[in-house]
Amino acid sequence: MEQRRKERIDRGIKVRADGLYALMSWRELGYLILPRMVLIVGMLILPFVMPSMYWQRVISIVCIYALLAVSFDFLAHFVGLVSLGGALFIGVGGYLSAIMNTSFGFPPLLAIPIATIAGAAICTLLLFPCLRLRGVYFAIVSLMYPLAMTRVIEALDILGGTDGIMGVDSFPNRWIEQYFVILMVLLFLFGARRLVNMDLGLVLRAVKDNDQAVRASGMSITFYKAVAVFISSAMGCLGGACLVHIYMWSGMSLFALDFSILPIAATVIGGAGTIVGPVLGCLILVPVSELLREFGTLRIVFYSVILVAFIVFRSEGIMVYGQRKYHQIERWVKV
Amino acid sequence: MAILIYGTINSVALALMALGFALVYGISRVPNFAHGALYVITGFIAWSLLRTLGLNYFLSIVLAIIAIGVVGALMYQFVLIRVRGMAISEIIASYAIGLAILEGLRWGGFKGSTYTLPVFIEGSINIGDIPVDLHRILVVGIGVAVVIFLWLFTHYTRIGLALRGMAQDERAALMLGIDSDVMAVVAMASGAMLAGLAGIVLLPLGNIVVEKGYDVLIQAIAVCIVGGLGSWMGAVLAAFLIGFAQILTVVYLGAHFQMVVALLAIILTLILRPSGLFGRQKELEERV
Repeated sequence: MEQRRKERIDRGIKVRADGLYALMSWRELGYLILPRMVLIVGMLILPFVMPSMYWQRVISIVCIYALLAVSFDFLAHFVGLVSLGGALFIGVGGYLSAIMNTSFGFPPLLAIPIATIAGAAICTLLLFPCLRLRGVYFAIVSLMYPLAMTRVIEALDILGGTDGIMGVDSFPNRWIEQYFVILMVLLFLFGARRLVNMDLGLVLRAVKDNDQAVRASGMSITFYKAVAVFISSAMGCLGGACLVHIYMWSGMSLFALDFSILPIAATVIGGAGTIVGPVLGCLILVPVSELLREFGTLRIVFYSVILVAFIVFRSEGIMVYGQRKYHQIERWVKV
Repeated sequence: MAILIYGTINSVALALMALGFALVYGISRVPNFAHGALYVITGFIAWSLLRTLGLNYFLSIVLAIIAIGVVGALMYQFVLIRVRGMAISEIIASYAIGLAILEGLRWGGFKGSTYTLPVFIEGSINIGDIPVDLHRILVVGIGVAVVIFLWLFTHYTRIGLALRGMAQDERAALMLGIDSDVMAVVAMASGAMLAGLAGIVLLPLGNIVVEKGYDVLIQAIAVCIVGGLGSWMGAVLAAFLIGFAQILTVVYLGAHFQMVVALLAIILTLILRPSGLFGRQKELEERV
């Protein structure tokens, strides 16, 4: 019997467009720029094509989840730390920004950056104890923090207790709101992609693959993990800070499960380890989840089932699949 | 005296919650983040059998525990086995299964105070001058029985010895003809049954609510980390440590802080003795 196998070969143009050779012609440049421009232009015109105020608000929410998903992907697939508690970042960033705004009277566009940096520092400090260890500790502790945070707020009745903090200023207008979050997503998305290819990113990937080798090179693994957690939680806190100013309210629901599970689902669906994939995943999942809003917590069941299905049967995700189709030709050859 | 009695009861309850998690992690190195969900759903299965089908209480308990064992085995056989060894996927997949179960139950309307299981024995007795209801005493008895049973099972039966062999060195176990996949399914099923048993024994003390799933998961994990992940005896001893700490906080600070104790215990353990109080065996592997 004749046996065949599928062969994959890089397209000529992909090889030609690698590195400096991309500058040889407009065609190669276009080949490289096209997918990026589709994403950037697509994101920028989204607010205009949305039919109603409601869907424009959904775009902002998509962007916040996208920030969180990029931070999850960066941490999980480039540093090897699985964070099950994205809600911690959202919550810390959100509450900080709300406090900055209501207690100190900072305008949103000043409160958000401060909350981002300070929140990232707080999150890094909270998660520091488990950075010295390998294994599942980080996942466990990051899972616990959001759940424990709500208990602490409830028990001590601090930060507005169960009512939350009301009267947070909104963005000056909705166009600034949307373009601010969209630009932030693009900035952090391409920033993270650049980062993982820089020296720092190289060390971080080495921490994931072979931490003993990093240690043997005289670098502190814990320090680099802390740096990575700082970067990643900064993205999450930025998202939380924006969210508070969009909803004009900060409360315990910032620590809700949605923020922990949806970014993970988006990452798995979009393509783990690509940084862009999670953004695509959010662009698909969040609107679907808005459509399912009336089903309440069934949405979480829905993400979870999709998540398990993708992880078991299609673990590569949309983006990796797309990249393969874009860069390679496939054909059947006789063995 | 009251602290001593209720501390012991609470500790045994924690040990019951944690044993299933410790067993699965110790044998197949799969952190079962669906543990809390299995605990809660067993309660609901037993409740449905008891109230909706009107079965005998004892029979519905047995059926519920068997059902949850099957669920655990299926979960491993169809999902977790495919991602075995990939830490990220294992965590995400088991967590997602747990979430699907818990939030599915919440969506299905299983909330509020309508769902309670009856206690096994009514009534209470006085120890010294402190009244303790008989069910709580039974909890201690069952907890001790389970620990003894597990010890005997893992030291004197073929399957138990095979499980311990897997836990110590999977490759050597494979060479001796132990099928690691089958054993991992057995471990997962027994872990799920332990979670279910804990649920059946402890849930009559309160309402069956979905939130308990998260609490139980966190408390089980806290106990396992303090005791050293994968060490069963460590888990039992850590349960006593955390159990008494919790009761003391409840008495002197207030009930809200109970969960904070678990978190603090984890953080302190990770700072002071990262591999747990009794986790010497894997110490070198986990510390970086």
